[in-house]
Amino acid sequence: MFESDFSSEAYLNMQLLRFTTAGSVDDGKSTLIGRLLYDSKSIFEDQLEAIERDSIRRGNEQINLALLTDGLRAEREQGITIDVAYRYFATPLRKFIIADTPGHIQYTRNMVTGASTANLAIVLIDVRNGVYEQTIRHSYIAHLLQIPHLIICVNKMDLVDYSESRFNQIREDFLTMSAKLSIPDIRFMPISALNGDNVVHPSDNMTWYTGPTLLHLLETIDITSDLNRVDARFPVQYVIRPISDEFHDYRGYAGRVAGGSFSVGDPVVVLPALKETTIESIDLFESNIPMTNVSESVTLRLTDDIDIGRGDMIVKKGNLPSISQEIEIMICWFHEKPLNPAGKYIIRHTSREARCLIREVDYKMDINSLEQNRSDLRIGMNDIGKIRIRTTHPLFFDSYVKNRITGSLVLIDEGNNQTVAAGMII
Amino acid sequence: MTGYRINHLSELENESIYVMREVAAQFENPALLFSGGKDSIVMVHLARKAFWPQKIPFTLAHIDTGHNFEETLEYRDQLVEKLGARLVVGSVQTSIDQGRATEESGFNASRNVLQTITLLDTLEKYKFDVAIGGGRRDEEKARAKERFFSHRDEFGQWDPRNQRPELWNIFNGKKHLGEHFRVFPLSNWTEMDVWQYIYQENIEMPSLYFTHRRKAFYRDGVWLAWAPFMKLKPNETVVEDDFRCRTIGDITCTGLSLSKADSLIDIIREIAATRVTERGGRFDDRRSEAAMEDRKREGYF
Repeated sequence: MFESDFSSEAYLNMQLLRFTTAGSVDDGKSTLIGRLLYDSKSIFEDQLEAIERDSIRRGNEQINLALLTDGLRAEREQGITIDVAYRYFATPLRKFIIADTPGHIQYTRNMVTGASTANLAIVLIDVRNGVYEQTIRHSYIAHLLQIPHLIICVNKMDLVDYSESRFNQIREDFLTMSAKLSIPDIRFMPISALNGDNVVHPSDNMTWYTGPTLLHLLETIDITSDLNRVDARFPVQYVIRPISDEFHDYRGYAGRVAGGSFSVGDPVVVLPALKETTIESIDLFESNIPMTNVSESVTLRLTDDIDIGRGDMIVKKGNLPSISQEIEIMICWFHEKPLNPAGKYIIRHTSREARCLIREVDYKMDINSLEQNRSDLRIGMNDIGKIRIRTTHPLFFDSYVKNRITGSLVLIDEGNNQTVAAGMII
Repeated sequence: MTGYRINHLSELENESIYVMREVAAQFENPALLFSGGKDSIVMVHLARKAFWPQKIPFTLAHIDTGHNFEETLEYRDQLVEKLGARLVVGSVQTSIDQGRATEESGFNASRNVLQTITLLDTLEKYKFDVAIGGGRRDEEKARAKERFFSHRDEFGQWDPRNQRPELWNIFNGKKHLGEHFRVFPLSNWTEMDVWQYIYQENIEMPSLYFTHRRKAFYRDGVWLAWAPFMKLKPNETVVEDDFRCRTIGDITCTGLSLSKADSLIDIIREIAATRVTERGGRFDDRRSEAAMEDRKREGYF
């Protein structure tokens, strides 16, 4: 269907949208993903044959599209999804990366992982159940991880006779619940993933719904302001020193722009030294460019010879990030071994590494009721809470709400090297 | 700043370059696994971009099954010379000769599985603490759950149920002595992205990917390249026609497609119209439902 478009110049110029889907199999999540992949012709024949064989072997009556996303043996054997699975599909307008995450409570960590890179989250609600604990949990995580766009898909509309009033009721309930959360862009959509209503094709059964189909919305939703385009930040990742005859004195700072933009000639400040200099050149493989924007991997050269290494940060003069060793964060805990309030952890923040100790646990969040629990302060696997830490070196950061790259960090256990928590700086 | 947009290939490129630089910064002695296939060629191109004007800070490691296409080795040697890179070759034949690996027999005998032993031996011999691979999540369903930075224990094994959470673009490459990592910079690329990128960047490709006359035979729904050491079943005959390789690996398990595509645009068009995944032509994946997961657990690419 897209053959001719695929090879055209326009097709080399698609936008990339990353989204996450939260919900359990019962909400029809796997069916919805299967439907998107199937209707956009992204499932190949051999994949379809494989799950067909599998479905028959298991005694399923219909092709079980959930088998497409259950990749590991244990998952297929137990009929559950354990880990985040990434799926890919494309239409002539956009390439999509789906982070498909399991919905059960014990897998909050997977939802958080999938949400961390997403532009958009789809939360599924079974129209017969309405807004319940799981919906609140998923919406809270979307809010905590500051996913810019949220689409509430009210699914299984075919089972309630495509009732407009049921849809409107759920919408009201959701808006009442989510008033406590800060989610900038929420959309509602009545669908039937099983029959395909409003997924890729508009529904004849719901003429009262005049909005776009899900795929159309995914293809067109404006994501240009999802990244911070104002505050210029450049964490130095690696220092490039060729030491060759041709590039004898070359010293370039390689990294990925974490916010705003930089142009040649811009006055900049290097942290932590607080030394001022200017950008001499922005190099990009055998050539150079006048300007670079957030998310681009480039190499900067500076006018002055300053001692700079990995973990330092180049920012624009007059627009400095916070510089501090005392930091307040929301954390989500990932490990069986609970947070040790007397423990020390390794901290990874942009390209910088430090150690930290826990100052205080302020509260634990009850993500089913959105209440703060200040009496039970134990933070264990899948718990979310607010803590204060002190780091061995200052970090250069923005609040997570302002910048998802310079506002995020992970904690690593010094003993077993495991990533034990994700942190969002307040 | 309205109207600002970045295309998907640039975004994938930015991400992969970022990952490669993380590898160079976090590890002592990285190897880039080079098979001569399109994914490893794209990886080398990205590595050049990531570190220019410095030479790539990775050793190229080729796990040689001894059943290669001749063209692959020529392409490899020319590339190594152009880059001024270091190349090490781990030989499956040597592993067999040393009794560390046992050759399979039968019609579908392949050295693909044996590569794991040679790969792990090679990593140990040269003390590589990380191996950069061209695996992509769209290739296979066990790969769909793979991390960018994938931890391996001292036996080179992957434990899919105990993977480190990977958030934002923060990668944790911390390890104990003897453990190592596999890193997959192309995780988020699809086969189509790879070819579009090759087209956009005008990367020179081995001629095997384009149409050529070749002797081949048909087995279980797949065209396989014929080589003198391969056993044919009684009902199989060798024919000569216009083929191209869709993936390039060990000659015994690389699927061919009947194709007249002789340019990158032709290939892109062909892939857009194809209804079978590229691994659909790989014999190694067809052995069981969890063939890839089993091999990966043992330390496969």
